[in-house]
Amino acid sequence: MKMSRRHLALTHVILIIFAIWSVFPVFWTLVTSFKPESQIFSTQIKVIDQPTLQNYIDLLTRGDFVQWAINSLFVSLVTTVFAVFLAATCAYAISRFRFRGRSASLYLFLVAQMFPAVILLIPLFSIFTNLKLIDTPWALVLSYATFAIPFCILMLKGFFDTIPYELEEAGRVDGLGPFGTFWRIVIPLSVPGLAVTAFFAFITAWNEFLFARSFLTSEEAFTLPVGMATFIDPFNQPWGLLTAGSVLITIPVMIFFFVAQRFLISGMTTGGVKG
Amino acid sequence: MGSRGWVAWAFMAPVLLVMALIVFYPMAIGVFQTFTNIDNLNQGTRFRPPSWEFVGLQNYIDILTGKDTKFYPVLAWTVVWTVVNVFFHYTLGLLLALTLNQRFRGRTSYRMLLLLPWAVPAYITAIAWLFIFNGEYGLLNNVLGAFGMPRVAWLSTFPWYYIMPIIVNVWLGIPFMMVALLGGLQSIPGDLYEAAQMDGASRTQSFWNITLPQLRSVSSTVILLGCIWTFNIFVVIYFITGGGPGGKTDILVTYTYNGFTLGQYAIAATYGVIIFSLLLVFSAVYRRVARES
Repeated sequence: MKMSRRHLALTHVILIIFAIWSVFPVFWTLVTSFKPESQIFSTQIKVIDQPTLQNYIDLLTRGDFVQWAINSLFVSLVTTVFAVFLAATCAYAISRFRFRGRSASLYLFLVAQMFPAVILLIPLFSIFTNLKLIDTPWALVLSYATFAIPFCILMLKGFFDTIPYELEEAGRVDGLGPFGTFWRIVIPLSVPGLAVTAFFAFITAWNEFLFARSFLTSEEAFTLPVGMATFIDPFNQPWGLLTAGSVLITIPVMIFFFVAQRFLISGMTTGGVKG
Repeated sequence: MGSRGWVAWAFMAPVLLVMALIVFYPMAIGVFQTFTNIDNLNQGTRFRPPSWEFVGLQNYIDILTGKDTKFYPVLAWTVVWTVVNVFFHYTLGLLLALTLNQRFRGRTSYRMLLLLPWAVPAYITAIAWLFIFNGEYGLLNNVLGAFGMPRVAWLSTFPWYYIMPIIVNVWLGIPFMMVALLGGLQSIPGDLYEAAQMDGASRTQSFWNITLPQLRSVSSTVILLGCIWTFNIFVVIYFITGGGPGGKTDILVTYTYNGFTLGQYAIAATYGVIIFSLLLVFSAVYRRVARES
């Protein structure tokens, strides 16, 4: 349908309003992070007057921000490797074989991924206390695997579904068994899918708050979300540090998100939703 | 390949083993704890043997009969929270999807800008809005002040402490709906619209008679996912109101978390099981209704 001039104008008006609404909080955080304290704690409205890097310098040189970033990086990397490695074979089985229990397993992973973390929080806390894992990164790696594995299975199943059977048939003719076919043919063809899945698993771990808040007790062990939350004190809120931290934490996530978002959307809607 | 079930199970085995250890075993412990009165004082330590007891179904009875006076008020707000949020996610997501599903210059740029909230970690979003809502020097009050209007303590004044977290969560949830529905719109065959146009149908008629029915399956899926996510979202309430004032804005998951931090393990575990059952029943009923109608 060709759009009338009035219709086109309405389209732009709607989109501009919503675009401003979407961008504004991010924009305001970015702007605030470059303001000196005197302007942050002010009742005047100024976009930016005397930009400064002081908030970033304070954040990186004082306190534990750098340590938190290292902790987050470690936990997220280990979780990702663990989850993708385990999920790959399982996703392959669900994608390729029609066996008894297939749809039940698929449903189980779907449910496991959707249900609230708070259910596992208390029992995991008891178990980790007994195993003396509280306040270590391993408590987080294990608890993140509870949602990262189902997520990776659903994403990877979507990717494996797109690899043509004929290639595997060829492998079988050449004398490869089912495991050989998987390892020599399917895995090399799925590198892009594996990479995208890994990045998303990484980001969910990077952003996780609840388990980290519950299983970590000492400041040096904190990950970024828990560390940032300690800044929010009802009496003294260092908004300069909070906004600068927000910017540094968000930039890498955002860059990646925009590169890979198409895959996430198709993975979530096809791999996850349809049987 | 159905005859070779063992190969499939061999591929599945590592995951099932790990899931058994980190999901099913803890779940079993969690359910077990709901039949006890275990808390941080009687759970036992290195120096003191555990002294908790079995209480049978007492925790469930206390919660479901309303003896635990918090359960029904918190549940009611959680339901309102979920319904209001998902309503706005869906309607605004659909509006934007319909708007973007047209040919015009600048479409891709708009799409990128509108996706932005999805790219930001949820807790960072909450921090950003918290600063805007700040009572003393937040932008919202500064704007009101500039127009000579009175400043508002947004997070401790009725009804704003209910509205503010909803605003934040609506912001967070629109992009997913928009993108999923846009995908759904793009898969509707164009000739359906052409045929309708030949029959003299208006844009509005096409929307009600073609677009919405064709979007059925995508819509029912994203609404179910949206309900579950919103029901379970922890960080928005935790960061924005902290459940306050006086626990009024706690939803079930934040309330359960509070029970856990207070060391009331048995009660919190029972809340966890109840939340799980509610969601399980809800999604089963929802799927059935969606399939039948």
